[in-house]
Amino acid sequence: MTKKIEAIIREEKLNDVKQALREIGIVGMNVIEVRGHGRQGGIELAARTGTYYVDMLSKIQLNIVLSDHNVDKTVETIIKAARTGQTGDGLIFVTPVDQVYRIRTGERDKEALSYEGDIDTRRGSKNGPKAK
Amino acid sequence: MEAVIDTGDTAWILIATALVTMMTPALGFFYGGMVRKKNLLSTLNLSFITMGLIGVQWVLYGYTLAFGPTQGGWIGGLDFLGLNGVGAAPDPNYSATIPAIAFAAFQMTFAVITPALITGAFVERIRFRTFLVFTLLWATVIYAPLAHWVWAVGGVLRTYGALDFAGGTVVHIAAGFSALAFALVIRGRRGYGSISIEPNNIPLTVLGAGLLWVGWFGFNGGSALGANGLAFTALMNTNVAAAAAAVVWMLLAWSDKKPSVLGIVTGAVVGLVAITPAAGFVTPLAAILIGAVGAPISYYSIKFIHSRRLDESLDVWGCHGMAGMWGALATGLFATKSINEFGADGLFYGNPNQFVIQLVAAVGAAIFAFVLTFVIAKGLDKILGLSVSESEEEVGLDVSEHGERAYA
Repeated sequence: MTKKIEAIIREEKLNDVKQALREIGIVGMNVIEVRGHGRQGGIELAARTGTYYVDMLSKIQLNIVLSDHNVDKTVETIIKAARTGQTGDGLIFVTPVDQVYRIRTGERDKEALSYEGDIDTRRGSKNGPKAK
Repeated sequence: MEAVIDTGDTAWILIATALVTMMTPALGFFYGGMVRKKNLLSTLNLSFITMGLIGVQWVLYGYTLAFGPTQGGWIGGLDFLGLNGVGAAPDPNYSATIPAIAFAAFQMTFAVITPALITGAFVERIRFRTFLVFTLLWATVIYAPLAHWVWAVGGVLRTYGALDFAGGTVVHIAAGFSALAFALVIRGRRGYGSISIEPNNIPLTVLGAGLLWVGWFGFNGGSALGANGLAFTALMNTNVAAAAAAVVWMLLAWSDKKPSVLGIVTGAVVGLVAITPAAGFVTPLAAILIGAVGAPISYYSIKFIHSRRLDESLDVWGCHGMAGMWGALATGLFATKSINEFGADGLFYGNPNQFVIQLVAAVGAAIFAFVLTFVIAKGLDKILGLSVSESEEEVGLDVSEHGERAYA
């Protein structure tokens, strides 16, 4: 079973999250610059005089597609790396993915998702090979 | 006395004319950065097309209305229609050492930027064709007479003794109070006060402010009409007033929240406005004070307008009207003949009467510009409509008025 993780995180946490994911063997991801807000609503920015209210905040959405059994570890890693404890840390959604195709080879599903040095090939090794 | 062209003076006015010409597109960037992305081209264009409109109007009849032989002190006669007779020979009434056409060209750049300043009041919802008519009318019935009163030989305010070195009254008070009047007539932007209207590109505003600062050396330095010590006094005063105002504004914004860059560059422009009427009449130390005091006057004027929920969108009244008013009054306080023998002494140099003269001239010009603009705007609203429809505004003026978008 294939899953998709959509993680909405703080812009400034992208590098930390990317690094942490590489360390567990998650290399492939898409990053989308998104705007929005959660329950904190927005923030005040400095204007010419005083402040003004901005309700569409810049966030990063990470999209990662992976096999079911790797979801928990990946989500834990993202939470650990992206968390500050302040409002606005973001949300993670996990949804099922019906099919995956790799355009270059025509492979599908699990084959389309696996590559050398990925999270499955380094299971059992504590540090695992360094991803490029 | 035979008038002889001075090539140094002429070369400086050539450069100063180019510098002030640059200020109008620079103003477009200054304003353009502060609007939403969907109105960026529209806002840039309100300044740019003014170079087109007034560039023609000035040659055809603007110059002669402003600087033709006076008709009772109120307006220029039509002798210079189409710049007839305005050529290489100097006009000793204005400057004996540069060609008359150099003076006309230099003055043209002021006539262009002044209506462009007003556009900050109505960006993001103005109907373009109405704007074109307004700008031509405004240049004709407000700018030309005012320039005549203040600067022309025999003009009523010049004869009365009012000092305006480079346009504090003619340019900034006129534009600022006209902007206020226009904002009172045109409807505000949709959602003003309830949704956040965010500047699309503050770096553009910083770029514009930087170019305005440089251009202002031509604006104020060139108003000495010669390559001489007075030009450099004006330039130094201009720089130090902008510098002081930028620093003071930074502190004001910091005490409210953070030292915003938008605030700092606004402060610089306000300092430039405030020193404009005084640049060639005061000492550099007085210029620091003029800039430093101009910043809070403008800052709190803007806050006041915001508290009244009036959508005078880019604070033209606060920045130009009120800082211009302060500059005109400050000229009456700090002017000294030791800087400029053709000026006057102000209140702090033993001549309180100069302050009264400045007050009368500045307030008179403000009322004239405000009332007439209000009437013109009301009339145009009836005949042509001032603003686009709400759906056109939602889409943005770039697409709805110009059929373009700023970015692909």
